[in-house]
Amino acid sequence: MTDAGQQGALSREFIRISRLRKIFGPGTASELIALKDITCSIREGNFVSIVGPSGCGKSTLLRILAGLLDYSEGSVTMDDQPVRGTRRDVGVVFQNSILLPWRTVLDNVMLPAEVLGLDIKAARHRARELLAMVRLEGFENRLPGELSGGMQQRASIARALLHDPRILLMDEPFGALDAMTREQMNMELQRIWAESRKTIVLITHSIPEAVFLGDVVFVMTARPGTLERVIPVDLPRPRNMTTMSAAAFGAKTQEIRALFNHAGAFD
Amino acid sequence: MSEMTTVSRGANATKEGAAARPKMRRPVSPKIYSLILLVALLGAWEGGVKLFQVPQWLLPPISDIAVALWNGFATSPFARDGFWYHSFITTAETVLGYLAGCGFGLALGVTISQTQSLEAVLRPFIVAFQSLPKVAVAPIIVLWLGFGLASKVAIVALLTFFPVLITALAGFQAVEPERIELLRSLSASRWHIFTKVKFWTALPFIFAGLEMAAAFAVVGAIVGEFVGAQAGLGVLILQLDSAMDVGGSFAVFVILSLMGIALSAIIRALQNRVLFWQPRQQSQRTINL
Repeated sequence: MTDAGQQGALSREFIRISRLRKIFGPGTASELIALKDITCSIREGNFVSIVGPSGCGKSTLLRILAGLLDYSEGSVTMDDQPVRGTRRDVGVVFQNSILLPWRTVLDNVMLPAEVLGLDIKAARHRARELLAMVRLEGFENRLPGELSGGMQQRASIARALLHDPRILLMDEPFGALDAMTREQMNMELQRIWAESRKTIVLITHSIPEAVFLGDVVFVMTARPGTLERVIPVDLPRPRNMTTMSAAAFGAKTQEIRALFNHAGAFD
Repeated sequence: MSEMTTVSRGANATKEGAAARPKMRRPVSPKIYSLILLVALLGAWEGGVKLFQVPQWLLPPISDIAVALWNGFATSPFARDGFWYHSFITTAETVLGYLAGCGFGLALGVTISQTQSLEAVLRPFIVAFQSLPKVAVAPIIVLWLGFGLASKVAIVALLTFFPVLITALAGFQAVEPERIELLRSLSASRWHIFTKVKFWTALPFIFAGLEMAAAFAVVGAIVGEFVGAQAGLGVLILQLDSAMDVGGSFAVFVILSLMGIALSAIIRALQNRVLFWQPRQQSQRTINL
């Protein structure tokens, strides 16, 4: 691809979601509308945060994007190709790191290469590079049980990047971490995003985290899950701890919090 | 490869840790107390039998048993009245039956677990067969397969088959759904989901089954030999009993328990190698299930 082509791709809409609806157990007594008429788009290279209270269907949306879940109505496209089933150019980071305890850190990061049938030698080289990027150099031969929670989640981010996916889907990746580690991980993730130039979709229930990391924040509300508003975040990058105490940052988080209050999410 | 390095590094770390604190008093190992207790019990046995003049057919003195062991093993390996020959027969029956039973149980467990509906259909049958006391079938098997090695191998296989099958099925069911989802997110095939995740997650369960089966294996061989055989330690016990050689019988018991200990020690060693990633506490808990 030429430089001009890449430039074009960067500004292009990568993912389009149109009138997306997901109903669990349709026609049964326990029928549940998880997602109702979601319409949005995600640009290539953007960092999108999706924030919302529990039960707003944000994880469902992520699983649909990952191809792990079918949808009921509407359309989801990546590069104008409808999303039906899992794709090789998607990397997923789950809430728990889900490292396999019998594999060393390096072998865990190598898992996608084995499953996708990539060249093992090249992949091992890349795995070491990625582990260095997530600052786990020297831990390659440790077992996951020997790592802290934050280190485990960093290893799982390296694993999700191994097969060089175009998009990284993250489902509340730092939800299980303590507040201090979580702030550190936010800084790390911003750096990883800047270095890898991936499109990232991050699910979170932390408003400050969503604003701190996102180019744009999708605000979702619950019962039924709807996309309440798309809020662009134009804070300068790289963002750091002082960003969080800036007035503009406070204004953004306040704006989002007000949306939830208005929707009655905190009643 | 990498697994090996991890294990050896772990071992080194422990050694270094021990070396770093040479001044600390090492607590006396419970093994020492066990040994002292054993010697005391054997001494009391010998002394008690001699003191109260217990008849030899009721309870032979330890020295009789030791002498019987010595005489039994001081024969040619091929002598039909020596311990070597009979021990070899029983060991062969136990090991062959164990391998066959465990292998078949594991293979069937893997096959059944691949299809959920098949497992649902077969489960009542498995439960029904499991609740049948397998030793009750031993006479029929001897009738079918004769007095030779085959019938005993079949009985041992039958006894070891079920624990492995049941634990394997439980293990494959215990796989965390999120691990499967991780593999699915990578478009993994069913084969990959099995080899990369399911099998490994089931391994601790399977080992619990293998250890249970090891205890059953020797029982199966002896019961088979009681029912009908030409050679083996079970046959030897019957012969010694009818000759009122109680010391000899006790000597055979010693051999049998050594066989059982050896078999489960092998399984445990294998388990420690394969399940190096499991915290010791956790694997212990699985075994006690």
